[in-house]
Amino acid sequence: MTVIDANRMHEIEARYPEYFHRSFRQRFGGLMILVATLAYGLYAVWFFDLQKLLAEAHWERVGIYLSQWVSYDVQPDFRIQDDGSIEVRYPRFSPLGDNPHPDWVVNNPDGSITVSISGASRSVTVSKSETIVTAHGVSIPIELSSGAPKVVGPVPSWMTVYDDNVLADLGFAGDVSISLDRVKVRKRFIGWANFIFDTQSAFFDKPVGEVIGLIVSGPRIKPDQTNLSLALEDIWNNSEWQHGDVWTKLFQTIVMAFLGTLLGALAAFPLAFLAARNITPHRLLNQILKRLFDFLRSVDMLIWALFLTRAFGPGPLAGSGAIFLTETGTLGKLYSEGLENIDNKPREGITSTGAQTVLVHRYGIMPQIIPVIVSQTLYQWESNVRGATIIGAVGAGGIGLKLWEAMRTNANWENVAYMVILILIVVFLFDGASNALRHRLMGAKTH
Amino acid sequence: MTIANTQPRRQSTQEIGTAWERMVARRRFYTILGLVILIVAFVSSVRFADESNAGHFFDRLPHLFDFLSWLIPKDWNDVWRALFDITSVNDKGGEEFNFDKGRVYVSSAFYIPEYFELMIVTINVALISTIVAFIFAVPLSFFAARNLTSSWPLRIFTKRLMEFLRAFPEIVIAGLFSAILSIGPVAAIIAITLHTIGALGKLFYEVAENIDMKPHEGMKAVGANWWERVRFAALPQVLPNFTSYALLRLEINVRASTIIGAVGGGGIGEELKLSISRGFGAKTMALVLLLFVTIIAVDQFSAWLRRRLVGEHAFLLQH
Repeated sequence: MTVIDANRMHEIEARYPEYFHRSFRQRFGGLMILVATLAYGLYAVWFFDLQKLLAEAHWERVGIYLSQWVSYDVQPDFRIQDDGSIEVRYPRFSPLGDNPHPDWVVNNPDGSITVSISGASRSVTVSKSETIVTAHGVSIPIELSSGAPKVVGPVPSWMTVYDDNVLADLGFAGDVSISLDRVKVRKRFIGWANFIFDTQSAFFDKPVGEVIGLIVSGPRIKPDQTNLSLALEDIWNNSEWQHGDVWTKLFQTIVMAFLGTLLGALAAFPLAFLAARNITPHRLLNQILKRLFDFLRSVDMLIWALFLTRAFGPGPLAGSGAIFLTETGTLGKLYSEGLENIDNKPREGITSTGAQTVLVHRYGIMPQIIPVIVSQTLYQWESNVRGATIIGAVGAGGIGLKLWEAMRTNANWENVAYMVILILIVVFLFDGASNALRHRLMGAKTH
Repeated sequence: MTIANTQPRRQSTQEIGTAWERMVARRRFYTILGLVILIVAFVSSVRFADESNAGHFFDRLPHLFDFLSWLIPKDWNDVWRALFDITSVNDKGGEEFNFDKGRVYVSSAFYIPEYFELMIVTINVALISTIVAFIFAVPLSFFAARNLTSSWPLRIFTKRLMEFLRAFPEIVIAGLFSAILSIGPVAAIIAITLHTIGALGKLFYEVAENIDMKPHEGMKAVGANWWERVRFAALPQVLPNFTSYALLRLEINVRASTIIGAVGGGGIGEELKLSISRGFGAKTMALVLLLFVTIIAVDQFSAWLRRRLVGEHAFLLQH
């Protein structure tokens, strides 16, 4: 900004005293609010014991969980038998299926086994007497002949030595845990394993071309079922990703929001006419209904959901009921406010022709209020689709519970990612559809 | 006037007439079609919801008000005792009436009742997340406003970011952070804050896009840079509305922190969920009462403050 000289400054000051000699509140009000906010922030840090929480936080889990959203691991187990041979075991329900022969586990001619964890640069070679871990440009041999695994030479920073085993952390690619008679390897792969067919399916691990070939013209795998329906059934009932269940639950959430909002709108519509001051000139009735709307809203979806799950059992009925009760409150308030803001002239005009009350409402009020009602209802529906995921987690059905269960086990973060993506897609679709519909119904201007 | 001149006009009157009738017929058709779709969707949704529910609607309907019977305590005084952690005469060692166990002692003689303490936690969760979200949403909204930010990639990016924050399911964030930070209110704070940034950001940039641009032009004319223009031309105009929306959001967040609390974020929500699922009448009643009074109080206070800030204004509750 341009700087002005002192004379001019004084001149301006003299001309506009009210801007330069302001009250204490005007001068320090902002500063005091800032100080109060900062003080409250400090209080909150103390109240929630933030330092302790941050010090005890498991930040390493962020990386682990986030990597689990987009990857999976395979954990082969190498057991060194007494006779020197090495037995390879894969865990049950391994993403590689029942009969895995991955090309990254190589049997060497001398009886040792080399596992490539990330190309040739990170690998583990297991033999009877020692295990060699190659990573970060060095090969570290670990002796297995004495009473405990022993690292030969200096221990690198990515290796941890415990009493009876040695843990080598190879970053995202995986890790190796070495004990005397057993080497456990975890190898991580980017992507979602078995997303389409699980390991039990006949189509598992077949290339796309072959699967399509089988479906189009292959011999029947099960004699009493076409390959197409078998494939669809296998996808729907995928045991790891539970596509069927996830989609049903997602649909439940949408249905809950739809039913709740629609029923809420149906209940709120007549009540709003009775609650609107200008339409029903009965103060007591207006007040009772308005307080009823306030009550329904402020008791909140969650509490209604908790009560209704006890009445109906867990499921979408409880969720719809909870949304219905809250929406009656919200929409009732919005509708009655909309009705109180209408133009009274059309009503008077129609009343003057001697029409009945119903006709006055139909032709004098409805044309004015319908766009408001439709737009508010659509908006609430959209917002309930967003909000209904949470009440699901307290047992009111829908995808919320499924999400919560997947997170509680701390193992299925890729399923969480899948459901989150589905929810986001649904929310964005609904946003778009409801916006488009609102624009069409109300012209270019939104409420 | 010749016939040649009037003839087309008469035709066009007819055309207008038929076009009008066609339009009315089409509108009627769309209305009926819309209603039919709505009814079909409604009936099939009811069926779907009923089938996938644990208890069916008509079987359970007689039990609808069962919860009222759990809610009604045998001894009404127990509600007050539960609320203020006074020892109950009904306490026989079970969990239902052990009101004095939850006392939070400040000194040996003075204690805060358990539920008041939980309510303070819940309100603090709402308050701190609204404040933090406000601090983040204000600059973001200026980046997203069309009239203040001319670079469209920045604008689009900010808007998409806010949409994403709004739409991302809160329980996932709460779940992720309760795994990292151990279960407690901080996970709820983070979840609600992120959601609130998105929700407030949208309301804020709509306000910012509607400001009077004259002060902005004036600032530009004296050579003010972007920060100065936003600080001295835009901010004073939008601050009352921003604060008012933030207060409105605070009301919503008090409820949201209760809900998140119920899925493991601590606070009064968790206690309420436990109490309802175990069927503790007096405790549930006390909790609902406390929650109801608090929410009404927060609503009224924020409505009063909003009226002082921006006058009588119709606001929409927005999630």
